[in-house]
Amino acid sequence: MEQRLEGILNNYLQNEGNVISILQDIENEFGYLPEDAISWISDRLDVPPARFYGIATFYSQFHLKPRGKHCITACTGTACHVKGSEWLISSLTSELHLLPDEDTTEDRKFTVEKVNCLGACSIAPVVVIDKEVYGKMSSDRLMKLVKKLEKKESEKEKA
Amino acid sequence: MPGDITINICMGTGGIAAGGEAVMSAFEDALASADIAASVKKHCAAHKVGCRGFCARDVLVDVIENGGKHTYEYIKPDMVKRIVEEHLAGGQPVQEWLVKEDYHTFHGKQVRAVLADCGEMDPEDIEAYAGRGGYEAALKSLTSLAPTDIIEELKRSGLRGRGGAGFPTGLKWEMARNEPGDTKYIICNADEGDPGAFMDRSLVEGNPHAVIEGMLIGAYAIGAQRGYVYIRAEYPLAVQRLTIALGQARERGFLGRNIQNTGFDFDIKVKLGAGAFVCGEETALIASIEGNRGMPRAKPPFPAQKGLWGKPTVINNVETLANVPYIMRKGSGWFAGFGTEKSKGTKVFALTGKIRNSGLIEVPFGISLREIIFDIGGGIEGDRKLKAVQTGGPSGGCIPASLMETSVDYESLASAGSIVGSGGMVVLDETDCMVNVAKYFLEFTKSESCGKCIPCRVGTMRLLEILTRITSGKGRPGDVELLQELSEDIKMTSLCGLGQTAPNPVLSTIRYFKDEYDAHIIERRCPAGVCKSFIAFTVLEEFCKGCMACVRVCPSGAIVGEKKKPHRIVQDVCIKCGACFATCKFQAVRKRAVYGEIHTR
Amino acid sequence: MVRFTLDDQEIVVPEGITVLEAARRSGIFIPTLCDDSRLEPFGGCRLCVVQVQGIPRLVTACTTPVAEGMRVQSTNEEIERRRRTIVELILSDHPNDCMVCEKAGDCNLQELAYFYDLRTNRFYGQRSQRLVKDQNPFIERDMEKCILCGKCVRACYDIQGVGAIDFTSRGFTAKIAPPFEKDLDCEFCGQCVSVCPTGALMSKQSLGKGRQKDVQEVDTICPYCGCGCNLTLHVSRNEVVRVTSRPDTINEGWLCVKGRFGYSFINSPDRLKTPLIKKDGKFAEATWEETFDYVATRLGAIKSKHGPDAIGGLSSARCSNEENYLFQKFMRAAIGTNNVDHCARL
Repeated sequence: MEQRLEGILNNYLQNEGNVISILQDIENEFGYLPEDAISWISDRLDVPPARFYGIATFYSQFHLKPRGKHCITACTGTACHVKGSEWLISSLTSELHLLPDEDTTEDRKFTVEKVNCLGACSIAPVVVIDKEVYGKMSSDRLMKLVKKLEKKESEKEKA
Repeated sequence: MPGDITINICMGTGGIAAGGEAVMSAFEDALASADIAASVKKHCAAHKVGCRGFCARDVLVDVIENGGKHTYEYIKPDMVKRIVEEHLAGGQPVQEWLVKEDYHTFHGKQVRAVLADCGEMDPEDIEAYAGRGGYEAALKSLTSLAPTDIIEELKRSGLRGRGGAGFPTGLKWEMARNEPGDTKYIICNADEGDPGAFMDRSLVEGNPHAVIEGMLIGAYAIGAQRGYVYIRAEYPLAVQRLTIALGQARERGFLGRNIQNTGFDFDIKVKLGAGAFVCGEETALIASIEGNRGMPRAKPPFPAQKGLWGKPTVINNVETLANVPYIMRKGSGWFAGFGTEKSKGTKVFALTGKIRNSGLIEVPFGISLREIIFDIGGGIEGDRKLKAVQTGGPSGGCIPASLMETSVDYESLASAGSIVGSGGMVVLDETDCMVNVAKYFLEFTKSESCGKCIPCRVGTMRLLEILTRITSGKGRPGDVELLQELSEDIKMTSLCGLGQTAPNPVLSTIRYFKDEYDAHIIERRCPAGVCKSFIAFTVLEEFCKGCMACVRVCPSGAIVGEKKKPHRIVQDVCIKCGACFATCKFQAVRKRAVYGEIHTR
Repeated sequence: MVRFTLDDQEIVVPEGITVLEAARRSGIFIPTLCDDSRLEPFGGCRLCVVQVQGIPRLVTACTTPVAEGMRVQSTNEEIERRRRTIVELILSDHPNDCMVCEKAGDCNLQELAYFYDLRTNRFYGQRSQRLVKDQNPFIERDMEKCILCGKCVRACYDIQGVGAIDFTSRGFTAKIAPPFEKDLDCEFCGQCVSVCPTGALMSKQSLGKGRQKDVQEVDTICPYCGCGCNLTLHVSRNEVVRVTSRPDTINEGWLCVKGRFGYSFINSPDRLKTPLIKKDGKFAEATWEETFDYVATRLGAIKSKHGPDAIGGLSSARCSNEENYLFQKFMRAAIGTNNVDHCARL
């Protein structure tokens, strides 16, 4: 871990970074913000960890817990909302057995997220699965895509 | 001997989502295949281009030959071979795949000023931009104009900020220019956060160089050496294209030290937003670039006086900056020729919602809402009735169908209780509940409030709670008045633009749709059949074919029944998500109002 | 100097000060919960909103600098109505348990609720979940009572230079917390406690020992180090129950952990109240007369046998300058040696 963090620290020093860019780098590197990583960096930079924590909890891009292997992001922008993104989310959470406050499945295979607007309103409702944008989504089609991923995962496990 | 043929494939976020990349490689493959004569191959070039606005028809493909243009819509990779064979090689366009009449009416009343090059060229190629006159304005400005000349020209053009507030751009630059100090900054605000808006994304994806050129001219005018583009990380393609464009601009000497041998130094850095709507607010954006929590601070001092790192800073929106090179090239008179007395030029809108032709449009100020919705937008989807147009996102309001003659400009929309805002335009029809729409926006602003000031932090929560109780059948007489009073207090006392405008959706829906509020509170019904507490879904046995389609989509397992036998919805389990209603092909699933009114689709 | 009008009264104040500061200097009351003239203006509570001619919206007095010719209205029906709503909103997200609250009688929020006669509240609903059980030894953090004025954060960063706490999350879920919402782990200077306008931050040692109206305030000087910070001891039933410091003193009201929380020795059973003399290998209580006699005799004996330089004296940084002066005078003039020092050098 320290080696990876050294790299992040170097990037910060070379590119006039700031607390946000450091956190973005940690998030990219580890997929979330491990507490140890923040403590380490805060120690090295002599910036209070409270500042890192305050910023990490302010921006929705940062996560304090590990996230699922597959990330499903449903857009809840206005256009997607009026075209039924709520339905997509409720079918997702029930398909993946997520509790109201949860966003990641227990086996950490899936994370379901809402995003305010992806700016792809003319193909609403929009869902992003593992960084790929899908437009004009229906719950039927979404379920098929999710089930396909689930199947892939369970096959991997068997193998 | 055929002339040069250019194939433009729409590859904005919309185009890529529809499979633009696959279409592109299908063209490349087809052109490379042995069946195509070498003479044809030599003259054909496929380019990716940015968004041309009509993303709903993606993938859109232009074939341009001898100045003539044929546009194909809904192109899939397997259709490419035939286009190549019949059109490119054979000279006969594939008629049935060409765009139809409505594609042309969509563009008919539009004016492409700032979007002139968007969708017409490869955004990842600086030569393509330069070939269309790009960077001429910057060159002229840096070599033969004084900074004050540029500011005067902008003031004459009447350009106002396209981010929402509509502050005159020339004036803003002048303020920053007149501030003492050697270090100044120019920031491009690409933190487009309004749900239902994608003007800035499309512009950066489709023509990043125009934004860079605008920033360069701005930097020269105010005396800045450093620029930042603060862009949402949710826009990966825009970030990628911007980064490529910045690299090309540096290579070609339009950024960096001693730009075009004028002795002027300027460079731009990209700062990725980390996901906070409030960072679209100037002072919060500055805090975020400085690496802090994006909490706004009181103005004055304004950023033009004390901005980034305490230095004079100009913050302009993407569209504002992208307009600058065109104004400097074609003249302030050209720009001021569009629009109204006080709102000059054109404005890009993101036309979405229940509209037939949704997409990105550019219209001159002064056009009526009716023209936008019915002429450009082609009317309402499914021939339903127009109810309202929501403009300006969470800071804006809803303008009812009866006011469709309203001219689209800063002043007229404000007097109708809404704003131009950044340019989101969401069309709502009779199946949209206005209380629910207000609730949706409050849900948004509540969760995007930074929490610094009390009226916004607690006030938006209380507004949302009152709206929630109204939509869930627990509204009480007096709630509408309470909403209005609280809204006014929040507007008047909040710290920043987010709080000051957050109640607008509530106030404008009460202003025009008070009857809907009353229906929820007094008659205990939702006229549009949206609010879950007032509706129930049932299966009409005589229509049900027992196809199981609804059973499969039901997320809560509320639908029981065997194959080929009528199904039944267990009301206690039903979460009223409406998935079955949307899925049933036989109209067997009915939405029933609590008091017996039946809605069919 | 700047001349401006506040409530139809022409006022001349130094350039650069805020409307709020100018109002204070002119004896005009403007309510606020987040302002402290020792800290950077924040503009969060919005209670100090005033009307400035020519600006359509209300502006906060704490962040608006006075300008030449400005016309400001500090109160009118509209301003008071809006302020009242703000207090109402705060109370809708507050436990409102003043009857058992430690801070009652000394609480800015309670005063405002009284001032605006808020017997009923038009708003109710979800309360922010900020309940905190913190095991640190000094500071009681009842974050349900926190109104997010941010004074503690500013004091912690800007005055103490520590940054043990910060704003976290945002919107309605925002709260002030140590990193990762763990127990507070800091210097425990207690500046945060001293600036908190509500009962959110209190001294653990003072809990249940008597509310503000029951205490007698005694001003004194901190006995710990040579800084000489001003202290105000809060005495109830002949016991010091709390230590504060007034902002208008040399230390501006700021203290360290020892000055603010290190007073339990006063009533400690281990505290020495009489001198002890070792007799037969054991310390035994003695009277001051006995002790002085004993010390004088022994010092005299040592001096005459071994000379004055055989004696050295160590004084204490916790003594006052006058006491230390007397001590070195005693060593030099009475004993006749320069062997004198005190503990602050150790």
